[in-house]
Amino acid sequence: MARRRPLRHVTFTLGAVITLALLATAALSLVYTPADPLAMSITGRLQGPSAGHPFGTDQFGRDILSRVMTGAVTSIAVGVIAVSLGAGVGVLVGMASGYVGGWLDEGLMRLVDAVQGFPAILSALLFTAVFAPGMAVSMVAIGIAFVPAFARLARGAVLELREREFVVAAHALGGGDARLLLRHILPNSLPPLIVQATTSFPVAILAEAALAYLGLGTQPPYPSWGLMLKEAQNFLSLNPWFAVFPGGAIALTVLGLNLLGDGLRDLLDPKTA
Amino acid sequence: MRRYAVRRVAALAATLVFVSALVFVVVRVLPGDPAAIIMGTEGSPEATARLRESLGLNRPLPAQYVAWLAGALHGDLGRSIQYDVPVGQLIVSRLPVTLPLTLMAAAFMVLGALPLGLYAATRHRRAGDYAAMIVSQIGISVPQFWSGLLLILLFSVTLGWVRAGGFDGWSAGVGAGLRALLLPAVALGVFQAAVLVRATRSAVLDVLREDYVRTARAKGVREARVVAVHTLRNAMIPIVTVAGLQLGQLMAGSIVLESVFALPGLGRLALGAISARDLPVVQGVALFVASTIVLINFAVDLAYGLLDPRIRYD
Repeated sequence: MARRRPLRHVTFTLGAVITLALLATAALSLVYTPADPLAMSITGRLQGPSAGHPFGTDQFGRDILSRVMTGAVTSIAVGVIAVSLGAGVGVLVGMASGYVGGWLDEGLMRLVDAVQGFPAILSALLFTAVFAPGMAVSMVAIGIAFVPAFARLARGAVLELREREFVVAAHALGGGDARLLLRHILPNSLPPLIVQATTSFPVAILAEAALAYLGLGTQPPYPSWGLMLKEAQNFLSLNPWFAVFPGGAIALTVLGLNLLGDGLRDLLDPKTA
Repeated sequence: MRRYAVRRVAALAATLVFVSALVFVVVRVLPGDPAAIIMGTEGSPEATARLRESLGLNRPLPAQYVAWLAGALHGDLGRSIQYDVPVGQLIVSRLPVTLPLTLMAAAFMVLGALPLGLYAATRHRRAGDYAAMIVSQIGISVPQFWSGLLLILLFSVTLGWVRAGGFDGWSAGVGAGLRALLLPAVALGVFQAAVLVRATRSAVLDVLREDYVRTARAKGVREARVVAVHTLRNAMIPIVTVAGLQLGQLMAGSIVLESVFALPGLGRLALGAISARDLPVVQGVALFVASTIVLINFAVDLAYGLLDPRIRYD
């Protein structure tokens, strides 16, 4: 069956190719960009695409292609840290909740319900009221928004696996709680968690862009796709291309990651395909 | 059933207490001294001390929390420092923008997603299905504020049909108000519709595989009736769940779209309050929006039982 061979799976392959291209662009931008992404030029402001500047220039005459390339690093960094944070805290909370049960379970799950009331934008608004806006605020706010999904998945997996024979047997052989959770339960609950992490990643990239656009996330002069769109909005009639390329970069990245996530879900869990 | 209802309401109350505690911890506990944040660098130590006294910040934290929560339960969220009016009043004054925007977007979401999802499911693994899935995949990938910008670029900058943003209030006429909210609601709703299309498609596909659907077809019931009567009602439960959960996302999304289109709603109120260091307003808006989302999720949970009489709570 095609399902067993990842490369034959069109969705997975297309997603993987786009994602690899994104990673390659980000890696390349660390050592090479066509122009310095921070170098301004008074005479070359708000130009459309040309041979010298394939994506045109912004209001300070900076090369948009170079800034889009560097922006990929920002997106990936925020995405990786936010998803790791959400997954780490969520899995910890969910496993404790499911394994201990009783009042702790009830209390932690109500806390998770409450956290679900705070989408990344709302947490970021709150944090920015008391701390300086920046990439760290984005990472934490987006990470918090991911906690409930991971916590519920991990809790469900623990509840299901706790009763299974191999876990009961490990317990009977004298395995302690930590050993049961880390050696027996966690490895067996990984596939849905991996799929959740993959599908969270594009959500994180969209959220980072939205927060930067609102001025709650990444701050100038660092290139972030969302921040570039915020700047582009003031010059829509002068240089529409300024708004097209960063937005296109976000859309293409998110598309690639979504396809990768869908493909991975099909491959890891044939039941839902 | 009654025991279940009591438990659910108790759980809801506990969740809302957690929501308020989270807001309180971030705004009042983490920063150390909210009075210093509000005064900024230009505040003299004496003025800061006076503000601290008037905000009740000299009392122990638990006492502050209880006083704040008790006030919030009576609709008293404190006074805005920037406007010197009650925060509750400010929030209410912004609802006529945020609420219609969210509801219009929700309408676009449902009207777009249900037919497309149904269509895709009935054309499973045929060209129509793939086309619908490609459209929704693209819809999910486009950030809402970017589609907002592109709509402005097309309809306002290039074609000149509508203004690039702004809102004159409902007193300027219902038509004008709806026109001002149209583009942001489309940008907001289309993205969420893309998510709902996929949920609708898979829910309908699941039901179409059931035995009673095959029986209905074998009896010679027309396909349109099979889909409309036998399938849709049973597929509604997962669809309503996803749609309900998305209402909260729409509310959060409206914060961004209000900025793109310069609409004076809740989101812009909160963003303005941040630059003015108006902590009571930020705190009030956060509490209001988070509680609303929690209440929506609770309502979705209750809707389960109403849509599906097979679900019994003991």
